[in-house]
Amino acid sequence: MVDAMNGSAIAASGLRKAYKDKVVVDGIDLDVRAGTIFALLGPNGAGKTTTVNVLTTLLAPDAGKVVVAGHDGATETRAVRAAIGVTGQFASVDDLLTGEENLLLMADLLHLPKDRGRRVAGRLLDRFDLVEAAGKPAVSYSGGMRRKLDLAMTLVGKPQIIFLDEPTTGLDPRSRRTMWEIIRELVADGTTIFLTTQYLEEADQLADRIAVLDRGRLVAEGTAAELKRRVPGSHVRLRFAHRPALDLAARILPESTRDDEELTLRVPGDGGVRSLRALLERLDAHSVEAEELSVHTPDLDDVFLALTGHASKEVNAR
Amino acid sequence: MKVMVDSATMLRRNFRHTMRNPLALFNAIVMPIVLMFLMVYILGDAFDVGVDYADYATPGLIMTTICYGISPTATAVNSDMTSGFVNRLRVMDVSRAALLNAHVIATMLRSLVAIAFVVGVAFLMGFRPSAGLPEWLGAIGLVVLTVVAIGWLTVAFGLAAKTPESAGLAAVPLMLLPFLSSAFVPADKMGPGARQFAEHQPFTSIIETLRGLLTGTPSAGSAITAIAWCAGLASIGYVWARVSFTKRV
Ligand SMILES: Nc1ncnc2c1ncn2[C@@H]1O[C@H](COP(=O)(O)OP(=O)(O)OP(=O)(O)O)[C@@H](O)[C@H]1O
Ligand SMILES: [Mg+2]
Repeated sequence: MVDAMNGSAIAASGLRKAYKDKVVVDGIDLDVRAGTIFALLGPNGAGKTTTVNVLTTLLAPDAGKVVVAGHDGATETRAVRAAIGVTGQFASVDDLLTGEENLLLMADLLHLPKDRGRRVAGRLLDRFDLVEAAGKPAVSYSGGMRRKLDLAMTLVGKPQIIFLDEPTTGLDPRSRRTMWEIIRELVADGTTIFLTTQYLEEADQLADRIAVLDRGRLVAEGTAAELKRRVPGSHVRLRFAHRPALDLAARILPESTRDDEELTLRVPGDGGVRSLRALLERLDAHSVEAEELSVHTPDLDDVFLALTGHASKEVNAR
Repeated sequence: MKVMVDSATMLRRNFRHTMRNPLALFNAIVMPIVLMFLMVYILGDAFDVGVDYADYATPGLIMTTICYGISPTATAVNSDMTSGFVNRLRVMDVSRAALLNAHVIATMLRSLVAIAFVVGVAFLMGFRPSAGLPEWLGAIGLVVLTVVAIGWLTVAFGLAAKTPESAGLAAVPLMLLPFLSSAFVPADKMGPGARQFAEHQPFTSIIETLRGLLTGTPSAGSAITAIAWCAGLASIGYVWARVSFTKRV
């Protein structure tokens, strides 16, 4: 059960994991409250999957302690596994089985009575909008459908804590939104979610708390609002045809920062229609015309740059 | 108990795989039959084996059928390991042995079905065994033992390989071994080197025992050697598979 004393669903301290002499997880401390969504944000190779594997007992850490649902990951592995569900980064659906057969396979492996397994499978197919595809082999599913089926398979056992490793990587915007909806519903039902992602927007949309992982270390942790305060906000970029236009615009927009080489101005602002119109009207009033306008929202790169001082390129790939 | 239940569940999954992808079974049946046509109608008269060639070659074809049927096993084991499937099983606390057991049992059932077809065709081509019921049972027993041995070795190959493709390749040597045994040509008709190899490799003693059981007088000596080989290979395969499974997951 969830640790009744302090409401912590997942707690880790001093986690370390190295492959040969390469340290992949380097002293991570985490605390995820029960019934919340926690996002681990990081670029390729940051150590997200390794962290998930350690937290889910799939990998023994070299050092550190994991407590999940009140059970020690090292000594009470079985109790931890009984409380959690994991949807890994790489699909674990069986391609040759149909969607329904995949779910029934899970029910059988959980030793659910036959009729109950069938009911659970039916409900999940319904909930994830997979009824029509239920009888088709999973190999014919789209990426979004596979992801949904993968998550549905995790839910057969009704886990209280769910780990999702990059649940929306490779999905189109619509499927991503569907996945977000599903995740929100799960939390509304009282489930705790630990997810990893490469997208700041996703963490922002879903998570109660976000931790930023860089080369195996947590470089920041907090709510989305707290993190964004540490990151330069969104801005509008204006490019001008020639130097005099840039000079004039810079005088009209004193809050902006200029780049003389690129002939651009960087104007802080949320890029909403209203503020864009106001911005253009100010330029119009002085008959200055911008060649090009683009809106930039902070992305993972900005967060990384701000928090680590280096870009979020994949670090020391194999 | 849990091992049995989980193995049965996983076996149902393997069974569905075979039905959805019948090519695996089809290959295991068609290749040996083509080979049989070639041997019996085209090349068979060239060898003087002392008996009717169909009678001589059928035990060898049974062995060949086993070998042609196992490469899908290596591939399937490996893709279970390299996809997220095995991690899911681990988190669900599925019995550790179930996945591998199911692969070996499924391989055995698939081989037996393929062998039944191949032997059926052999009958049409003139195979006339002299075996009575006890000899048939003995032959089936030896075939099962052989598939178990080769099955565990194949599962171990599948676990050791890095990708499903290379796992499939691991089975190729097994497809060649029957040709370097007394399957189609008596070992004493082979050149030096090949002959020594053929005389001492496990397949020859297994094939000779099958041949003795089906069409001649069974020899206890070759039977003991065959059973010893099977038991030895099965143990090596089993231990190797279990160790690499534990190491890998
Ligand atoms: N079994 C392994 N042996 C050796 N190195 C490994 C192993 N698994 C992971 N690594 C290395 O550890 C580092 C972190 O890997 P991990 O998979 O945890 O990153 P990630 O954040 O999940 O990346 P991605 O976004 O690409 O999934 C990588 O540099 C990777 O090469
Ligand atoms: Mg990963």
